[in-house]
Amino acid sequence: METSLTRYIWSNTRLQQIWILFVVAVSMIPYFMSFDLPKQIVNGPIQGNGFETPGATRTFMHLEYNLPAFGKVVFFDGLELTRFQTLMALSLVFLLLVIINGLFKLYINTYKGRLGERMLRRIRFELIDRVLRFPPAQFKRVKSAEIATMIKDEVEPMGGFTGDAFVQPALLGGQAITALVFIIMQNFWLGMIAAGIVAVQGVVIPRMRKRLLELGRQRQLTARELSGRVGEIVDGIGTIHGNDTSNFERADIASRLGLIFSIRYDLYQWKFLVKFINNFLAQVTPFLFYSIGGFLALQGRLDIGQLVAVINAYKDLPGPLKELIDWDQARQDVQVKYNQVVEQFNVDMLVDSKIQALAPDPVNRLEHSLHAVNLTLSDDSGAPLLRHVTLEIKPGETAAIVGNSGSGAEALAEAFARLIWPEQGRITIDGKDILELPESITGRRIAYAASDTYFFHGTLRDNLLYGLKHAPLTKVEYDGAKAAKNKWNINEARRAGNPELDVNSDWVDYVSAGVTGPDDLFKVVRPVLDAVLISQDILDMALRSNVDIETHADLTDRIVELRQALRKRLKKEDLDDLVVPFKLDEYNPQATVGENLLFGSMRRPMMTNRKLAAHPYFRSVLRENDLYIDLYNMGLEIAANAVELFEDLPPDHPFFQQLTFMTADDIPAYQVLLQKLQGRGIDAASADERTSIIRLSFSYIEPRHRFGLLNSQLMAKIVDARARFHQNMPDDLKAVIERYDPERFISSATLLDNVLFGRIGFTQADGSDRLRTILRDLFDRLGLFESVLSIGMDFDVGSGGKRLTNVQRQKLNVARALLKRADYVIFNRPLPALDQRVQDHITHNIMEDLHEEGHAPAIIWVLSNTALANLFDRVIVFDKGTLVEDGTHATLLEKNGIFKELVS
Amino acid sequence: MLLKDEVEMLRRVPLFSGVAPAKLKLLAFTSERVSYKSGQTLFRQGDPADAAYVILTGGADILSDSPSGEIKVAEIEHDSIVGEIAILCDVSRTATVRANSALEALRISKDHFLKLLSDYPEMTIEIMRVLADRLSHTTTELSEARSKQKQAAK
Repeated sequence: METSLTRYIWSNTRLQQIWILFVVAVSMIPYFMSFDLPKQIVNGPIQGNGFETPGATRTFMHLEYNLPAFGKVVFFDGLELTRFQTLMALSLVFLLLVIINGLFKLYINTYKGRLGERMLRRIRFELIDRVLRFPPAQFKRVKSAEIATMIKDEVEPMGGFTGDAFVQPALLGGQAITALVFIIMQNFWLGMIAAGIVAVQGVVIPRMRKRLLELGRQRQLTARELSGRVGEIVDGIGTIHGNDTSNFERADIASRLGLIFSIRYDLYQWKFLVKFINNFLAQVTPFLFYSIGGFLALQGRLDIGQLVAVINAYKDLPGPLKELIDWDQARQDVQVKYNQVVEQFNVDMLVDSKIQALAPDPVNRLEHSLHAVNLTLSDDSGAPLLRHVTLEIKPGETAAIVGNSGSGAEALAEAFARLIWPEQGRITIDGKDILELPESITGRRIAYAASDTYFFHGTLRDNLLYGLKHAPLTKVEYDGAKAAKNKWNINEARRAGNPELDVNSDWVDYVSAGVTGPDDLFKVVRPVLDAVLISQDILDMALRSNVDIETHADLTDRIVELRQALRKRLKKEDLDDLVVPFKLDEYNPQATVGENLLFGSMRRPMMTNRKLAAHPYFRSVLRENDLYIDLYNMGLEIAANAVELFEDLPPDHPFFQQLTFMTADDIPAYQVLLQKLQGRGIDAASADERTSIIRLSFSYIEPRHRFGLLNSQLMAKIVDARARFHQNMPDDLKAVIERYDPERFISSATLLDNVLFGRIGFTQADGSDRLRTILRDLFDRLGLFESVLSIGMDFDVGSGGKRLTNVQRQKLNVARALLKRADYVIFNRPLPALDQRVQDHITHNIMEDLHEEGHAPAIIWVLSNTALANLFDRVIVFDKGTLVEDGTHATLLEKNGIFKELVS
Repeated sequence: MLLKDEVEMLRRVPLFSGVAPAKLKLLAFTSERVSYKSGQTLFRQGDPADAAYVILTGGADILSDSPSGEIKVAEIEHDSIVGEIAILCDVSRTATVRANSALEALRISKDHFLKLLSDYPEMTIEIMRVLADRLSHTTTELSEARSKQKQAAK
């Protein structure tokens, strides 16, 4: 990157800078005209110069210029105006000039602002572009939060400075020089005094500012380090809690803040000292004028008129001069910041941008062997990881790499994935170094998965297909206002040196995944998900999630069919009582009293239990045939039972897990309530107390809690209240409550609730497990399995994929590598979070079943379990950084070497 | 069936006969009520043990895997507890238990069961008694089987 900010700005905004200088110059014309005009108004129409006789007129706006070659040309003869008319005309011209000046100012400021924002966009993009091209080793040294602050905060002032970079010194410098020249013209020696003081200011102030700049640099560094530390605290919070080191962190942060404070305070003191000296120097000049000039005048060597003129002229000098000095300070400050940032981003061995060039066209398969030639790898400290290894992996060959940790096997896999760059030797394909091949080849035709996974914030689908998003493959058609906005976006991107790639395009390269488009994508996704044993997890995610009716209409439209199929299936397997369905005119004993009343699903978070309980309509329904008294009595019974059961237990007793309708902390409060209210009827309770009692009844499920509080009469009453509740429901509730409808998909309920349309019986042993198996099979038979997977794919994986378990992340990481259909697939102990048994299962799945349909990549697998080596064509054994054995499984076993030792 | 009925039934189980009714109610409330159809499996040999079962109604066969298939080792009836050994010594299930009629049971999870034993020593003693009884039973059967074997060998 360019090291001088001024040069960087000039080279990127040259034409705009010239244009704005030109506009500023032009704007000076009306500006100076408006200076002259008041004098004309006062001298002319007001004081009457030129209107000495009544009825006298003057010519207004007579335009006549002497043009070379044409001689005198009259553009406009002018108007003859009376004194009053002239006054009005001149005043209107004054108003016009005010408007013109204002418009110029508006245009110039907007233009400068836009110039600055574009510059900021350009710098930020350029920095991120460099991050994308950093060599891998660089990331071991930098903290992500520090890079983020540099890009976000530290370059920000550069945008503001860009607009002023050339205009300001030109303008202010011009004004200052004009004033100085004027003084010199009045009196040479006094002029020299003024120039001398200016020179002193120009020398002393920048010197003093050196310290300011140094402090500014330190301030920037310490602030950046602070954000790096904050990032570390957030990322390492588990370690901090686990080791009780939060106070150590507090101490560290406090000492950093102390350092930042002392730097900032120092800066502050210096800044005002410099300001004081600057002001003093500016004020000392008039002192010299008065004393020396006065002395000369007394001696008669200086005309008093001249002295007054000089002092008057001097008034115009300090203003621009001060602003110029301020500008210079801003310039240096921004320059320091810029240097600081550039220093961090000027990295050796940056990846050539050609290697990452966009390649929208399909990339041919790699049909040559992958060669490691005399490869030597070492870690950051220089310790060797791998020594002089030469080996060849042929296309389609499967190779198990075996060795203890530290044997170099993992390092070799990382080198194949370009995560470590060779110390010596190289890795080639068809004679070309893989580090020099474009990423459009290596990133698409070589897949890599290790144990450290990374998932971006987004859906599971985004993350799973991430390995296919190489280039925008579709052209998005925008219409109307969106088209105009898109055009504007593209233009602006171009002006700021940003690429014009459309992020809304479909980036997924379906063809290289082996399908034609999004519709048959699951044809390849499902076998992969099955192979890594994650489809059940995704199915569960789908069952637990709410479904977007619009995007998944293929499933939601068939919900009735699905519900019927489930009923039929359960009947066939004699499992009728596994699920108790919702029926409009029947009480569902497996659901809570609250659910039975509501008989619908609330759109959260717009509607909650609390809001519903407070709603006047809901209250009126309960009050109608005294249902709320029944519920109150029921709540009281529940409270009595709970208190009786749990009052003696310590609050952390595991039995409290079973108490679903209150917590251990609630028990004493209910105990007090019971003493007050038992046997005294509902009128004894205040509104709050009623609520906390009735609340208990809403969570009651007879088969689960078994207190014997529901009888057929009460159930009928509840069903009746349900009917009345839905009959005249006001619109505000209708908008947030969806009634259970056997014919429709309920968008605010989970997929599982929708399919069951009922509740699993509590007494059913292993009910939900059995149901899951049945559902999986049912989805398959109805051809809906892929739709359900697709719903599961909408799952939001959270920041860094943290909403997934480590096991799920590692499985998906392997799935992602497989989905690319690369020609060389490298697995570097990818599944350590899993049980050995599951790891083996997945390895078998991938090696034996997955690639039957024709696409057979070369697989290089660094194995954790050596016993699996017999699944591979070839076994390569590493020990202490060298390749020790290489051959088929059978030959190596015969050899009685290290491999045999590892296997046993 | 309601909690209080379950308490009545639990009192008939020898293991719990010495425990106060209020505590039995708590035990019933904190355990899961499960029902099985005839032929449905409560747990399988080799599974990790996570709960004990008190049979309230119905009966079950205790089956053991052998090279020649499952062998029925014993039968249990209502008012008895099954699956508690695997919980106590933290091993996987030593046998398969399958309902031989419609069966209702209380499923007491491992944590709850252990907590009960530590809270109520009388239950622990009862458990010891039952286990000792079973051991002596098994010993008798074993010696009988040995003597039969000896006689057959003669």
